[in-house]
Amino acid sequence: MATDISKLGLKAKWQDLTEGMSIAGAGTSADFMTGEWSSTKPVFIEENCKQCLLCVPVCPDSCIPVHDKKRAAFDYDHCKGCGICVKACPFEAITMEGVK
Amino acid sequence: MAKRDRLSGNEAVAIALRQINPDVFPAFPITPSTEIPQYFASFVANGEVDTEFIPVESEHSSMSAAIGASAAGARALTATSSCGLAYMWEELYIAASNRLPLALALVNRALSGPININCDHSDSMGARDSGWIQIYAENNQEAYDNMVQAFRISEHKDVKLPIMVCQDGFITSHAVENIELLEDEDVRNFVGEYEPENYLLNPECPMAVGPYSVTDYYMEAKRNQAEGMKHVEQVVLDVAKEFAEISGRSYGLFEAYRLEDAQRAVVMIGSAAGTTKDAIDRLREKGEKVGLLKIRLYRPFPAEAIAQALKNVKAVAIMDRAEGYSNHGGPLGSDVMAALFRARSTALATNIVYGLGGRDVRVEDMEQVFSDLQKMIDQEDAGETYRYMGLRE
Amino acid sequence: MSNHTEIRWHGRGGQGAKTAALLLADVAFQTGKYVQGFPEYGPERMGAPITAYNRISDTVIRSHSNIYDPQYVVVVDESLLEAVDVTSGLKEDGAILVNTERTKEEIIPHLKGYQGDVYIIDAKKISMAALGKYFPNTPLLAAIVKVAQIMDKETFLREMRASFQHKFANKPEVIDGNMKALEMAFEEVH
Repeated sequence: MATDISKLGLKAKWQDLTEGMSIAGAGTSADFMTGEWSSTKPVFIEENCKQCLLCVPVCPDSCIPVHDKKRAAFDYDHCKGCGICVKACPFEAITMEGVK
Repeated sequence: MAKRDRLSGNEAVAIALRQINPDVFPAFPITPSTEIPQYFASFVANGEVDTEFIPVESEHSSMSAAIGASAAGARALTATSSCGLAYMWEELYIAASNRLPLALALVNRALSGPININCDHSDSMGARDSGWIQIYAENNQEAYDNMVQAFRISEHKDVKLPIMVCQDGFITSHAVENIELLEDEDVRNFVGEYEPENYLLNPECPMAVGPYSVTDYYMEAKRNQAEGMKHVEQVVLDVAKEFAEISGRSYGLFEAYRLEDAQRAVVMIGSAAGTTKDAIDRLREKGEKVGLLKIRLYRPFPAEAIAQALKNVKAVAIMDRAEGYSNHGGPLGSDVMAALFRARSTALATNIVYGLGGRDVRVEDMEQVFSDLQKMIDQEDAGETYRYMGLRE
Repeated sequence: MSNHTEIRWHGRGGQGAKTAALLLADVAFQTGKYVQGFPEYGPERMGAPITAYNRISDTVIRSHSNIYDPQYVVVVDESLLEAVDVTSGLKEDGAILVNTERTKEEIIPHLKGYQGDVYIIDAKKISMAALGKYFPNTPLLAAIVKVAQIMDKETFLREMRASFQHKFANKPEVIDGNMKALEMAFEEVH
C-alpha cells in the first residue's frame, strides 16, 4: 500500500492526496528530486581523491555513493548543494563555487 | 441489562473509559477535569484496564503523546479543561490535519482572565475551527453516552478525525445524578477493536506522518482534510442508531424539544438546556408555543438540519456561553444566524451571551428569554444583535 | 410539591458539606428516587464558605440551576449564621437545621425572623461520643433525613450500613461508630 508519490506534483488535485498527507512505504524520499533545489553543485576532482571517505558520512542527503570501498560520482538528483563535503575534504578533491 | 446508578459526570466518563479499555491515556490534571484521569488511574492500579497510563508534565505533552500513540496505531485519548486546552492549541491542529482518530474528554471551564474555575464554553469554542469533531452533553447520562460513541465516530474510515467530548464543568462534572450504565461487555462489543489501515508500528508498511507541505500542496491538503468532516454527520447518525439498539436512548445531531409547533425557540448547548426544558413545560402549561433546539454536534455544524428544524419559528434566541468579542455576539449565534440566512428564514433572531464563568441559569431566566422573544414578535423587531443575560447593570 | 424536595447546605471548606450532600443523594437514590447532589465552589480553600445542594424527586430532574427557594436548609457551621444569609428564600413551611451546642432559643434570634420550623443538633457532641473525632456530616445527614422525612429510620439505617460496609471495607472498625452516630442523631435532633 505504499504511496505512489510519482503521481504527486503541481497538477495533483486534492482528491489525489492521501488522508493527512501521510506517506506509506519506506525510502520514498529517493523519489523526490531534491537536486532541483540548488543552483550550484560540488564538483568531484577524482585525481586529488585519496578515498579517505570523510565526505560520505557528512552528506545530509546521502548523495555520495560508495562502491567497493570507493566513493563514486555525486548523485546530483538529490544533492542540494550545501557544500559540507567541500569543507570535509582534506585534499581539495571537491570544489564548489562560493565554498572554500 | 442496564445498571441504574448515581454518578457525577466525571465518574460517568471515567467508567465509560474503563469499559472502552483504551490503549493509551496520557494525562495532566486541571480543574474540573482532574477527576477523570484520577478515577481512571485507580482502574489502572486495580488492573481493571490494560491501558498505558502516562502522567506527563503538561497538556502540550499529553496531547502530543496521544497524537504519537494514535499515529503508532493505538486507541488513545486524554482529558482537560480551560487553560489546559489552550496549551494544547498547536497539537489540536496537528491531530486533525494528520487525520488521527483520538478522543479528548473536555470538561468546559472559562478561560482566564479573570481567572475562574467554573463553567463556560470559551475553551472549546476557541477550538471550534481546529478541525476536531465537537459533541456536547446536557447531563451526566449524555456525557457517558457520548463517550461510548466517540471512538466509533472518530475512527470511522470515512472520518478519521479527533473528537472532543464536552460536558459542563462542575454543573455536570461534579453533580451526582441518576444514570443508566451499560454492561461492560455491551460497551466493548459496541466500540470494538481499533484496526487502523496503516500505522507507524506496522512493519509491513513503514510510513511517514505529518510531512512538510509547501504552498503548492497546502491548500489541497486542507480541502482533503475537510472531506473527512463532510462525512461526520452521517456517521454520527449511524453510530447513534446502533447505540440506541443497545441502550434504548436515541441521539441525533441535535435535540428538538417541543419544537414541532413552537413559535418561539431557544438554541443552546449544554446543561442549561435541562433548565430550559423546565421553563418550556411551565410555559406550555399556559398554552405558550415555545421550544428548544439543543445542539449535540457543534463541529461539524449541521446548518441545514438546524435551519430546517427552525423553519416555522417566528423568533429565536441563540444562547452563547462564550463571548465572541466580534461586537456581534458569540460563535453559536454567528453559526445559527448564517444557517438561517442561507435558508432564507424570516425569523427574528437575537443572540444572548449567558452563564460566563459559572453564572447560574435559572428557570425564571429562561422564562424571561421567552417573554423577550414574544416582545420581539409583537414589535416586529429583533432589537440588538446581541445582549447579555444575568448581568448586573 | 410533596414529591420534590430541595435542600441547601451551608458549610465551610473541609467540613464535609459537599460530602454530606452527595451521601444524601446516595441514600435517596437507594430508595428509588431521582436525585441531584452538587457543590457550588467559591474560593478553593479550607474554611471558605461553601454551598451544596440536593434535589430529591419522584420524577426526572432536569434543572441544573442552583437552589434559591429550598424547603430545607442545613447549617453545618453555626458561625455562618452571621456571615451568610442562610435563610434566603427558605420556605416558611420548610425548616432549618442548625448544628450547634446552643439551645434553639439562643439560635432563633440569629435567623433574621424566619418563621418556619427550626431544628438543632449538637453534631459535635454526638460525633465525639460515637467516633471520638469531629465529623459533623454523619450526624447531620441522619438529622436532615428525619427532619425532611426522606425515609423512615429503619430503611435509612439499613441503607447506610450497606453503604458503610462498601465504603469502609478496609476498616470495618469504624462502621459501628458511624452507625451509632446516625442513630444518636436520629434521636437527638429536635
